Amino acid sequence: MHGGGYSHEKRGEVIMADIRVVEGSEAVALAVKACRPQVIAAYPISPQTHIVESLARMAADGDLNAEYVRVESEFSAASVVSGASAAGSRSYTASASQGLLLMTEVLYASAGMRLPFVITGVNRSISAPINIQVDHQDTISLRDSGVIQLYVESAQEAYDMHLAAFKIAEDPSIMLPVMVCMDGWILTHAYERVEFLDQEAVDGFLPPFKPENYLDAANPKTWGSYAEGDVLMEFKYAIHKAMSEGKSCIRKIMTELAALTGRDYGGLVEVYRTGDAEVILVAMGSMAGTIKDAVDDLRREGKKVGLIRIRCYRPFPYEDLLAAVRGAKVVAVLDANVSMGSEGAVGLDVKSKLIGRPGVPMVIDFIAGLGGREVNSTAVRNIVDRAERLSSSGVPPPEAEWLDLNPAIVP
Amino acid sequence: MKITPGAVVNGGTSLNYKTGSWRDQRPEIDLESCKQCGICQDVCPDDAVRQVGDRYEIDYDFCKGCGICAHECTAEAIRMKNEEK
Amino acid sequence: MPKKPTRKTESLFVSGHRACHGCGLALAVRHILEATGSNVIVVSPTGCLETFSSPYGYSPWRVPWIHHVFENAPAIASGVAAALKAQGRESTRVVAIGGDGATFDIGFGSLSGMLERGDDVLYICADNGAYMNTGGQRSGATPFCAATTTHPAGKASLGKTERKKDLPEIVAAHGVPYVATASVAYLGDLKQKVKKAMTLHGPRYIQIDTPCPSVWNFPSHLTLEMGRLGVNCGLVPLFEMLNGKITKVKKLRSKVPVIEYLKQQKRFQHLVVKEASNRSVMAIQEQADRNIEKYKLMG
Repeated sequence: MHGGGYSHEKRGEVIMADIRVVEGSEAVALAVKACRPQVIAAYPISPQTHIVESLARMAADGDLNAEYVRVESEFSAASVVSGASAAGSRSYTASASQGLLLMTEVLYASAGMRLPFVITGVNRSISAPINIQVDHQDTISLRDSGVIQLYVESAQEAYDMHLAAFKIAEDPSIMLPVMVCMDGWILTHAYERVEFLDQEAVDGFLPPFKPENYLDAANPKTWGSYAEGDVLMEFKYAIHKAMSEGKSCIRKIMTELAALTGRDYGGLVEVYRTGDAEVILVAMGSMAGTIKDAVDDLRREGKKVGLIRIRCYRPFPYEDLLAAVRGAKVVAVLDANVSMGSEGAVGLDVKSKLIGRPGVPMVIDFIAGLGGREVNSTAVRNIVDRAERLSSSGVPPPEAEWLDLNPAIVP
Repeated sequence: MKITPGAVVNGGTSLNYKTGSWRDQRPEIDLESCKQCGICQDVCPDDAVRQVGDRYEIDYDFCKGCGICAHECTAEAIRMKNEEK
Repeated sequence: MPKKPTRKTESLFVSGHRACHGCGLALAVRHILEATGSNVIVVSPTGCLETFSSPYGYSPWRVPWIHHVFENAPAIASGVAAALKAQGRESTRVVAIGGDGATFDIGFGSLSGMLERGDDVLYICADNGAYMNTGGQRSGATPFCAATTTHPAGKASLGKTERKKDLPEIVAAHGVPYVATASVAYLGDLKQKVKKAMTLHGPRYIQIDTPCPSVWNFPSHLTLEMGRLGVNCGLVPLFEMLNGKITKVKKLRSKVPVIEYLKQQKRFQHLVVKEASNRSVMAIQEQADRNIEKYKLMG
C-alpha cells in the first residue's frame, strides 16, 4: 500500500515520487493547485485557514494561475465558486464549522443547479457552546444537501481525494459539488509524510473542465428556474439518482487514481480485519487510525474485531456495508456527531440499511469525540466490551451510548 | 419531455406562454391619428407592440391590457376598449 | 414629419413573462438590456423579477441569466466575473439586476463585499420600495410613512417610521467609479446611464425607481406617470456620480408638491385622509426639499 514510487502510464516508467513532510493543510493546497482551478474563494475560519493561506502564498509568488477572491463571508465564498462554476470555471473553496453551516443554503441551490466545484470541509464542532476542536457535526449537518461527501483519515488521503474530488464533481453523469471532509487540527495542522504526483500525472488524470451548459452570451440559457409541483419531485429525484448511480463512477475514479499512485484505500469503504470479525466498528475520519491500532491490540489478545471506515458517506455505500458486516455478531458505530433528540447520523444510516435483512448483526450507536474529546485505545476497548455485552443480551438499546460522559457535571 | 439537468432552459422560451389571456381591456391604435413616434413600443412592459413596415401594431397574443401605451401616446391615437370574451 | 422609431433590434427580454399589468420593473429590464447589448451575463436574486421571468420552461431572457438564492446575487456576479477573467472572456460583461429587498437588506453584506473588492460588475437595483414578490412587506428602501403589510397604517401607526436607507450614498462611500439613480419614467436617461456605466470597469451601481401598480395600488396605465411625479416632487432625485462626485442631475422643470404624489397611492392614503398626519406630510415635503437643495434640482 505504501510504495516509494508510482507508475506513469504514458511514459511507461516508474517515477520516483516527490515525498515531503508537510503540514496537512499544505498537502491539500498543493493538491488543489495541481488541479488547476480557475477561481478560488477564501474566507478564514479555524482550522481551515491554513489551506487558503497556503494558496494565497502561492498566488503572491505568482505560482497559482487562479483568480483568488477574498470574500466577506462564507456565504459569499460558496456563492463565488457557484457563479464561477456556472460560467464554466473549475472552482474551489474551503470552510469549517459555522462557516459550513452558513454555506448551507448556497450548497443546496448549487447541487440543485448541478454546479460542480470542490470544497474542503475541515471538521470542527458547532456552536453553542463555541468550541474549535474536531467533531463531525458540521459536515454531517450538510448530508441532505446533494453535496457528495468523502471522509479522509490522513493527510496523504486528503491529498489523493482532492484530486479525485474534482474529477468526480465534473463527471457529466454527476455534476455536483464534492466536499472532502478532513479532521480539523489533527489532519490540517499535523505534519505528515506525503507523496505528491508530478503535474503531468495530475493533468493526465484530470482533464480541463468542459461543461455542456455554461453561461455563454453566444448561447443564452437560463439557470435557477422556478419549478412547480408537477416537476419538482423529478428534479430532486434526478439529484438523488445521480448520487446513487454515481457510486460506481466514484469507485471507478478512485480505482483509476489508485492505479496511478499505488495507494488503494479500498473504494467507498475501507475494511480493516473484518473478514472473520465478530465485533465490527464503524467510523469516519482520523479516529480510524487509533481504532486500527486498538483492533491490532485486541486481535493479539484473541478478540475477533474489525473496522469499517466509511470513506464516501454521501452517497451512502450501503451495498459495501452489507457485504462487510456479514457474519459479525454486533456492529458498533462511532458517531462524532449527534442528531439531537435521536442519535448519531451514521448510526441512523447504518441501522436503516441493515434493518430487516436476514442474518445482520445488532447495531449499536456510540456518540464519541464531540468537541475534540479523545477517542483513544481505552475508549475503543470499552466500546468493544460494551457492544459485546449488549449483543449477548439480545436487546438493542433504544438510545445511543454517549462515550466517556461525565454525568456528575450534567445538571 | 424529460426535465433538463439542473433545470437549465433555453432563453426566449416565454414566447410559448401567451399572456394575452390576462386582458380585461385591449388597446386599439387609430392608424389615421398615429404619428409613428414609437413611444407605445418603448413603454410597453410586455414588448407587445410590433412595428410592421411603418405601422405600429399591438401583439394581442401578449398584450396584458395595462393601458400604458394609451396613456403615453403623444397623438392620443390609442383607446382602451373592453375585452370581449 | 413623423419621428423615426428608435428601436431596431429584437429585444433581449421578450414577451410572455408573468409580470403584473403595467410593471415598471419589467419595462426597465427590457431597456437595460437594450443599453447593455447581448454580450452580457445577467445575475438576479430572488424577487419579483426572478419569479416572473423564470417559470421552468418559459424564460424571456435572451441573454445568459442565473438566479441562485436571495442574498448572494453580488457574490454570484463576482464569481462569474472572476471566471470570465480567468478564461480570457472579459469582453462579456456582468450585470446584476435585483430588487430592493435583496439589495438594501438581505444581500447588503454581499453587495458591500463586491463593491469593496472592486469586482467588475454593474449592479442595478430596481427599487419599488418593498418586498413586492411576497405582497409588499417593509424593506430598508420603503419610504418614510409608507404603509406595508409588516408596518401597516392603523390606529397606532402611520406606516414606516424610519427614513429610506440612502443606498446610493452608501455605495458611493465604497469609492466606486460610478453611481447613478434613474427612473423608468425617463427611459432615455436610464439607457444613457446604463450605457455610460458599461464604458467603465470596476463596481458600478444604478438604482432605478420602478413604480409598482399592484402594491402601491394605482391604475396600471399610470406607471410612468407615477414615476414622473416621484421625480418631479423631489423624492426621487436623479443624478449621476463619477468617482464620488456628482456630475449630472436631472433638473425639475417645475416643482410638484409631494401630496400630488402621495395621494395617488394606497400605501400613503392614510396620510391623506387623516388630519393628524399633516405633520408627516410636512416631514415628507421637507425631505423632498432637502433633496432638491442637496442635488441642486431646481434652477
